[in-house]
Amino acid sequence: MRFAETGFNLEVDLSTGNVERVETDPRLTALHLGGLGTNARILWDRVPPETDPYSPDNLLIFAPGLLVGTPAPGANRTIVSTFSPQTRFLGYSMMGGFWGPELKHAGYDKLIVRGRSPKPVYLWIRDDRVEIRDATHLSGLGSNETADRIRAELGEPRAQVAAIGLAGENRVFFASIEHGRSSASRLGLGGVMGSKGLKAVAVRGTKDVNVARPAELFQYCQEVLRYIVARDAKPVPGVMPILAGLGSPQEMKIVDEKWHTENFMWGNARTRRKDFWTPEIEEKWRGTQEQVRKRLISCYNCPMKCGATISVPGVSTYMMKCFSKLTYTMAAYSDLDFGFRIAQRATEYGVDAFSAPQVMAFALELLEAGILTESDFPGMPADTEGRFFWLLDRIVRREGIGDVLADGTYWAAERIGKGAQEYAHNNIKKHEQLPLKLGMLNPVYFLMYCTGEKSNITQIEGQFPQAPFPTMEERLDFVKDWIQVPDEKFKQYLLDWEPRGERSIPNYPTVEMCCDIVDWQEMMHYIDDAVGMCAGLGSFPLKPPYHIHNWPAILSAATGLDLDEEGLKTITRRNRNLVRALNNRRGLTRADERPPDDHWKRRFPELEKKLLDAYYAYKGWSENGIPTEATLRALGLDDVAEDFRRRGILPGGTADGAARAAAGAATGTTADGGKA
Amino acid sequence: MSGEKKKRIVKTIHVNVDKCNGCRACEVACSAFHATPKYSTTNPERSRIRVIREPLRDVFLPVYAGEYTAAECAGRDRYTIDGRSYDECAFCRAACPSRDVFHEPDSGLPLKCDLCESDPPLEKPLCVQWCVNEALVYEEREEWVEAEEPVEELDVGLASLMTRFGRERLADAVARLSRKAEKKA
Repeated sequence: MRFAETGFNLEVDLSTGNVERVETDPRLTALHLGGLGTNARILWDRVPPETDPYSPDNLLIFAPGLLVGTPAPGANRTIVSTFSPQTRFLGYSMMGGFWGPELKHAGYDKLIVRGRSPKPVYLWIRDDRVEIRDATHLSGLGSNETADRIRAELGEPRAQVAAIGLAGENRVFFASIEHGRSSASRLGLGGVMGSKGLKAVAVRGTKDVNVARPAELFQYCQEVLRYIVARDAKPVPGVMPILAGLGSPQEMKIVDEKWHTENFMWGNARTRRKDFWTPEIEEKWRGTQEQVRKRLISCYNCPMKCGATISVPGVSTYMMKCFSKLTYTMAAYSDLDFGFRIAQRATEYGVDAFSAPQVMAFALELLEAGILTESDFPGMPADTEGRFFWLLDRIVRREGIGDVLADGTYWAAERIGKGAQEYAHNNIKKHEQLPLKLGMLNPVYFLMYCTGEKSNITQIEGQFPQAPFPTMEERLDFVKDWIQVPDEKFKQYLLDWEPRGERSIPNYPTVEMCCDIVDWQEMMHYIDDAVGMCAGLGSFPLKPPYHIHNWPAILSAATGLDLDEEGLKTITRRNRNLVRALNNRRGLTRADERPPDDHWKRRFPELEKKLLDAYYAYKGWSENGIPTEATLRALGLDDVAEDFRRRGILPGGTADGAARAAAGAATGTTADGGKA
Repeated sequence: MSGEKKKRIVKTIHVNVDKCNGCRACEVACSAFHATPKYSTTNPERSRIRVIREPLRDVFLPVYAGEYTAAECAGRDRYTIDGRSYDECAFCRAACPSRDVFHEPDSGLPLKCDLCESDPPLEKPLCVQWCVNEALVYEEREEWVEAEEPVEELDVGLASLMTRFGRERLADAVARLSRKAEKKA
């Protein structure tokens, strides 16, 4: 019997219509756990690096993590992995909600989709019965509309549906896969789904998920629940409200947006409005939020309430979480009412709420600068809000200028030319970032921005406070119940960290300390992404219920694997290096690893070089950011080392291979390859 | 009848629909508790509590499995409460042929909430313990009922025979049997 996992993957080839239930090798679980770890293994083995993200040969993998479907609170995430049309590297994004547990209960650890259907289809998975069904009648429908229609036509109100909207159908490079209040949004996975002709996947499962040591696991789960309740009653003092508790940032609950609106940039990541948050604004925004928010809602088996149902008068109800609340508002220099209103349409279209608003603000800046002209925007309204709606409609249909913008700011700027590149100023690895522009270089964040494989800061940060506490008293108070630290030295790092003076940024935390801190934070995300735990209870918040000291026991009780901390760290390193290797093989090198040039005003090139050198060495990577042969072999990734040698990525192979690998990402010649 | 009143404890779960966030932790906990061996599997399909969840219509309704019924109801009405529209079946606890909830997925046998009956007893049913948002609250309600004399088992049996055969025939039978027994002795 298999524990925590089902032991089967569902393989669907949309070109041939072939469907197979394939037993998996339990040794892979021992090596990689599941989720992102085993996804990376499959992508390494089966998708050669030359593969265009929109080619039928690319795989799109939906993988509920290893603990999804067990009683572990918060284990409900589906890790969707493929290659990103925008960055051309590995694209992975996670969605919570209810879809992942449903797939586990249907008897599958992963859904692996390959090929391309000649006409739009959707998948209907009901336990052992799997159908590829016509979706012609669903083309053009919104993501929520699609889910509703599918549930109605199947007569299965409890079917869980993940769907794309128009953006995915038209292969927008920042199209999302939507599932209720959750979505796999970043890196254009919805476009890959669209390129396969796959409109939606509906799942209903009625089977058991087994665990290895039931009483023990249940005991741990009860402890986690008790901790969550106690932690919720005790917010961390001295940090911004959204970071004081657990869960993903509590944007639906909290109205106070002083911090975001005055510290994040408005427009195309341009303007800081330091005195924005007045009592009048607060009152108005509170009114808006309380009027449209119907109920705070949770994901499967999680007591947090990070999402909400949102009902804006005049448009249909939808669900929202986290920072989407402000991205449209701030990109358009508008107000919260507009933000909630346009997010409804954007959710139905299925676009990423970080990239989409920035792309539109970028377009309007180009117009203002005269790089684009009125003739590029025929019929566009005069008011900013109207323009955002107009642009969104064009982008998801790839109409006119929308077709150019649908590839995101990097590729759009390349196509537009005339200096447009200067305006695509907020990308890492060609991917739009949160609109932050700050003063002094933060060395911890520098490393995370550079090396985070997902190119999304929220998917690597967490655990260590973002800023020093001003007084020693506060620091002592913070460290006294900080049980999550992997090593006591982290407490000292925090105690010694000062807001100014010798022991402040950029020189403190020191280079060595930065490596420790980043490595710890990243490790926690890699655990979450393998086991399907929500970052909101694991890797993201301060003092979470799941940490490096209780994970081995919880995972062992659930799976029957005999894991200790060292063993778990090794698995995490293996997954980390395999993910990096996937990207190295597609051309990722040190040259790609840099934050936006204007992210900080005060930069320190020498220190930055030192940081990156040290961190690469810490990770066992070459100075070019590539895992060394010794690193790979120590993790049992010998086949990766040999592949690297053959391709000349590691010394000993042909130089030609290295050049080819490096060229793959740089040229991006196939940017529009999949739009046929 | 003595006319005396006596206290009785009625175990109930107060379902506060307004506090439900639809996480279905109650289903997870219930199915784990009732698994054999205990906690060895989870499967909402085996849960004796189900959350009827239609987020876009703001329907979040935990329902407990009650009695089995062999036939479905004749009428199926809709209720609108506070702007939310519910199918009448939503409130129904029955394991019934007209819907697939509250049946064991393998055997099709009906499921029924037993408030986590166990030895030693739980302080509260497990679904309540896992509902940290307090949409489910365990309450013990006291009821005063007429105190009844304890009834002998024999009296119960004789009373039913008397109902069936009449007092006279029963008396005759008792007398006859007594004589037989005497002879034997």
